Amino acid sequence: MKLTGAQALIKSLEMQGVEVVFGLPGGAILPVYDPLLDSSIRHILVRHEQGAGHAAEGYAQATGRPGVAIVTSGPAATNIVTPLADAYMDSIPLVVITGQVATSTIGTDAFQEADTTGITMSITKHNWLITDANDIPRVVREAFHVATTGRPGPVLIDLPKDVSNASMEWYWPRQVSLPGYKPTTKGHPKMVKEAARMIAAAEKPIFYVGGGVLRAQGSDVLASLVELTQIPAVTTLMGRGALPDSHPLCLGMPGMHGNYAAVTSMQKSDLLIVLGARFDDRVTGKVDAFAPFAKVVHIDVDPAELGKIRHADVPIVGDVRSVMEDLLVELEAIRGSFQDISLWRKEIRSWQDNFPYTYDRTHEGPPLKPQYVIERLRDLNTEDTIVVSGVGQHQMWASQYWRFEKPNIWINSGGLGTMGFAVPAAIGAKVGRPDRTVWVIDGDGCFQMTAQELVTATTERVPIKVAILNNAYLGMVRQWQEMFYDERYSEVYLSPDLPDYVKWAEAMGCVGLRVVHPSEVDAAIEKANSITDRPVVIDFRTDTHEKVFPMVPSGKSNDEIVLGEEGL
Amino acid sequence: MNAESNAIVPIGGAIRTPSEFRHHILSVLVENKTGVLARVAQLFSRRGYNIFSLAVAPTDDERFSRITVVVDVDTAPLEQITKQLHKLVNVIKISEIDPDEAIEYELLLATVAADAATRAQVIELVNLFEGRIVDVGSTKLTVMVAASPSHLDDFEALIVEYGLVELQRTGRVALQKLGKPTTRRKQMKGKVS
Ligand SMILES: Cc1ncc(C[n+]2csc(CCOP(=O)(O)OP(=O)(O)O)c2C)c(N)n1
Ligand SMILES: [Mg+2]
Repeated sequence: MKLTGAQALIKSLEMQGVEVVFGLPGGAILPVYDPLLDSSIRHILVRHEQGAGHAAEGYAQATGRPGVAIVTSGPAATNIVTPLADAYMDSIPLVVITGQVATSTIGTDAFQEADTTGITMSITKHNWLITDANDIPRVVREAFHVATTGRPGPVLIDLPKDVSNASMEWYWPRQVSLPGYKPTTKGHPKMVKEAARMIAAAEKPIFYVGGGVLRAQGSDVLASLVELTQIPAVTTLMGRGALPDSHPLCLGMPGMHGNYAAVTSMQKSDLLIVLGARFDDRVTGKVDAFAPFAKVVHIDVDPAELGKIRHADVPIVGDVRSVMEDLLVELEAIRGSFQDISLWRKEIRSWQDNFPYTYDRTHEGPPLKPQYVIERLRDLNTEDTIVVSGVGQHQMWASQYWRFEKPNIWINSGGLGTMGFAVPAAIGAKVGRPDRTVWVIDGDGCFQMTAQELVTATTERVPIKVAILNNAYLGMVRQWQEMFYDERYSEVYLSPDLPDYVKWAEAMGCVGLRVVHPSEVDAAIEKANSITDRPVVIDFRTDTHEKVFPMVPSGKSNDEIVLGEEGL
Repeated sequence: MNAESNAIVPIGGAIRTPSEFRHHILSVLVENKTGVLARVAQLFSRRGYNIFSLAVAPTDDERFSRITVVVDVDTAPLEQITKQLHKLVNVIKISEIDPDEAIEYELLLATVAADAATRAQVIELVNLFEGRIVDVGSTKLTVMVAASPSHLDDFEALIVEYGLVELQRTGRVALQKLGKPTTRRKQMKGKVS
């Protein structure tokens, strides 16, 4: 069967089981958009290529399947650089297809030419420039394989226009042959045994649970491990929901804005059992002072993470789920010899009781306390609700105050910290999980970066809900200027009513609501929940002066955690 | 002085040799595809590792190339470097070669001022280093020496005295020293003692 390169690309995507792609056409990718008309694949037309990339990320995180984006060359390719970098940091499987100028003009500074593979080399797991239409099915197969196996991540296929137009003989490769790519999935049995021995003997053990557990779909095994060992677990910003927050041994978020019990239990621990986490500086604070008494069992599918920041006494390379399963077997066998850690649990429990997240609940308002808004959103929605956040104070409050009872319901930009992530990512999540309610918790600053994608949401009938915590500021930056720059506020003021978020929402075909007084909060949320045929945006007027606590000041030891205003 | 002799610029003696700092040699087998060198080079710069020298050539199997990289291990632990390299999809195999266990060779080409007065001395020096004269001009010679990098440093320090016009080195290639039959050596030791 003779196909054009473009037809072969679309057919290859179908063979991979792709149901939806996010994109925006242009000159170099035109040939690909023609066969798309005849395909079963749904295309979501975004308003900016960054939106396509983040939507694909949201889709991937909500479904566990790779997200796909198709954009044209040059400026479109550079527009999607941010989502690629974001997905690379947070290990999100993404396949991005970019158009490229014809092979004969590559290197001549042709119209809309950019060195896309060069630009994206360090922010993709791998990328391909296809120069022969016959390579298309093989490369697509390889691309999905690389994106989804081992440590997941983004890949990019750059497809010159003449290659899309060229003719090829259709085939579908039966297998992938990449001699240099063989991720280890099975943990080394000796190491697993050693890890079990150390876990049984530890007096102050802690599970340090990262996003890798979610990527490996290991939540159920983690729950069994925690049940068996009765060892408390912290869930990082990327790992929130890997263990239900209601679990008595779930300590919640560690790190710069983590709670006292999660931070301190790591500091005092004698054994960190690290599951798909990478000692990010936002978790460790000053590395030399992080968990100074702890030995480390580190389990990760990416060998380069082991020993990168912190020496691992027992490094185990492997799929986190698979290694946890093996570990469970080893631990079952020696459960009789477990150290009694009830005193340790009691100590941690007292920290939890004495130092929970707090804010001034007596405050009557207006303005609204942002934490109160999040608590109401949480309590007026089901456990299945998917929460997507931007980056800033609102993100930290969302992570602190939401109760994540299930995996893959918390979607945010952790590693790159990309403002503007939330709205498009929520669209992707809702497209992937139309059965779920998807709430965005966004900042006013973040919202302004990619809000135009709400036009996409309206047009494509993707009824997401957006709560803007409008504090009229680039709040997180304001907080740092307040605390560390003598309250010298430099370029952080945004204004509460420019733009008018309600009118803007309406202009984009959404329902727009505004909440000023605490007494209006519930009604607005309930109204938003009752609207299912279009997106809803609520402009919550929140307190500018509210700061995120606890806080470990940047570069400081986690022992120097500041609990609140009084601690400054 | 004529224009030609003005062009003779001494390049300032021997370059710092990698033996002065902690270096390691990585022999990296990669797929022979476009852009692979860029991937390897970009990884080094992106992760902040210093490359001291780098040599690339296809292997006897045309599907693969071999990149010999000499790295400054003070910039990052060698283990991190190799693990990150391994993540490149086109990297097939990485062998670490301990400098003490390596046969290291490098090629040097130099054009040297050599008039009637000094020509014989230059030729003698080249001969001492088992090099060759590969091009002859009326007042200059181009010479070639293949030797260990430290020998080349010595050669460079000596030849510079005559006036260097140009000098080029390839960066080293290296192979593991062959294992010696250790048992027999032990026996010999035994006889002596
Ligand atoms: C693209 C991008 N630019 C700049 C920053 C730096 N930054 C981090 S948080 C923040 C403020 C975010 O403001 P807003 O969305 O209003 O959230 P708030 O902190 O007020 O809740 C800024 C500017 C960033 N993370 N991403
Ligand atoms: Mg704000």
